[in-house]
Amino acid sequence: MTRGERFVLPAALGAGYFFLYLPLAIVIVYSFNESRLVTVWSGLSARWYGELLANDRILDAAGLSLGVGLCAATLATVLGTLAGVAMARFGRFRARFLFAVLLAAPLVMPEVVTGLTLLLMFVTLEQVVGWPDGRGFATLVLAHASFGLSYVAVIVQARMAMLDPALEEAAADLGAPPARVFRAVTLPLLLPAAAAGWLLAFTLSLDDLVIASFTSGPGATTLPMYVFASVRLGVSPQVNALGTVLVGFAATLGLVAWAIWRRTAR
Amino acid sequence: MNAPLRTDATWRALVLGLPWLWLLLLGLAPLGLAVAISFGTASEGAPPYDPPLAWSADGLRVAPSLESYALVVGDDLYVVAFFNSLRVAGLATLLCLAIGYPMALAIARAPAPRRPLLLLFVMLPFWTSFLVRVYAWTTLLRPTGIINTALLAAGAIDAPLELFASEPAMLIGIVYSYLPFMVLPLALSIERVDPDVLAAAADLGARPRTVLLRILVPLTWPGIVAGSALVFVPAAGEFVIPDLLGPSDTPMIGRILWNEFFANRDWPAASMIAVLLLVVLVLPVAAIQRAAARAERGVR
Repeated sequence: MTRGERFVLPAALGAGYFFLYLPLAIVIVYSFNESRLVTVWSGLSARWYGELLANDRILDAAGLSLGVGLCAATLATVLGTLAGVAMARFGRFRARFLFAVLLAAPLVMPEVVTGLTLLLMFVTLEQVVGWPDGRGFATLVLAHASFGLSYVAVIVQARMAMLDPALEEAAADLGAPPARVFRAVTLPLLLPAAAAGWLLAFTLSLDDLVIASFTSGPGATTLPMYVFASVRLGVSPQVNALGTVLVGFAATLGLVAWAIWRRTAR
Repeated sequence: MNAPLRTDATWRALVLGLPWLWLLLLGLAPLGLAVAISFGTASEGAPPYDPPLAWSADGLRVAPSLESYALVVGDDLYVVAFFNSLRVAGLATLLCLAIGYPMALAIARAPAPRRPLLLLFVMLPFWTSFLVRVYAWTTLLRPTGIINTALLAAGAIDAPLELFASEPAMLIGIVYSYLPFMVLPLALSIERVDPDVLAAAADLGARPRTVLLRILVPLTWPGIVAGSALVFVPAAGEFVIPDLLGPSDTPMIGRILWNEFFANRDWPAASMIAVLLLVVLVLPVAAIQRAAARAERGVR
């Protein structure tokens, strides 16, 4: 495969990157377009960004999304770390297969199914125990933490697989009880993975439309729900500007997570 | 026992207990509820369904209904939508494989220090807003979009091409959105193949095509299965992409579920579709995944 390796493969990779980045680049470029018409370039302008800041509905939606994201990511990180540690270190615990399936399910399950089933659960819980009272912030946090924890668990489990169990064994041999071993040895080593997981869960929460649409209630419109409603109405320069902000924010979080992960992987 | 961490029972119960509780309450129970409510009947109440099981003053009332399942038999819309979704998801998976395998191969065969960066550039779009990425294609493909405007201006076409709201547009959107999920597992699995194995085959006279098909593909089969599952299953139930880019006259099952819930307020019907979607999608994929995991263990 010498010829292939030298020319064909890099060309395929380059074309792949072009495909992945071209549409995003166009949204970003046109967000700085002065014209109200999306496809006519009439000069450089930041006016659409100014309009974003003047739009209360966008600001409210952004506030809700950030709040849900912070809470959901934190919850997901705690639970996902525990689940990842259990998967990596607890060997064949009881019903491990079911645990693994339930843990991995949100990674592949169609979002409409996840969203609908969670909503049915919330409605039933409200009927049976009276909580959650209606749908909104709390149900959004629970729903987003549910899929976020799966991603955190994958990252934590991968990190645990890289750690030498001898470190924990040594601490245990020296007489540390399991909780102490976890706090003094495992957790510090896991912290970067947990941080990367938190960032991923946060980003995914900020980005989710489908599950939020099912589990949210009247009056609780997240940013993606707002974007979706406007996109359905058509292309607008304001959406280009909002999209650029979202892409920039998420890409920054992604790069930070990657940098954290890289430093530990060495 | 050779358990790596000598854990006492309380510690294990503590670490496992919380995730177990969560997964059972917000993972397993909701699925069970969907199955139950799919046997309910739509009503005018709040929530808008009568469950198949209910306690009332006269005790337990058991009235399972096949009303929602009768919909599937009575109207071929649902079956057509299922087949459309599976066909489109299958096509998208094949396209992702065709585009993603060379990309993954290029990444895995790049000098080791460069690989993480190359992978980062594949994963970065996954981190950025999904909705914005789909929206980006609408700006490209619309009748007044960038592609049509450019082609018209260049005189290459006389009337705008009907790119938007078509099956190709929907396919592009799905391939575009899910490509990172294909490339990542493929690259990780190709990376693990010893290059000497490929070199040995080449030295023994195998042509590149033979090396690829007889050696590389079988050795990276678990990656192919993982990547395909990560693309196929969510794509088959996809709602946003068919809604924004797809043709309005091609029913897709994700959209039907969405409409049953949001437009028709028929929760039992939406639950029924969710249950059928899970049976059709998840069970076979889980079986394939297990087989792949077993095959992987066998190889080592």
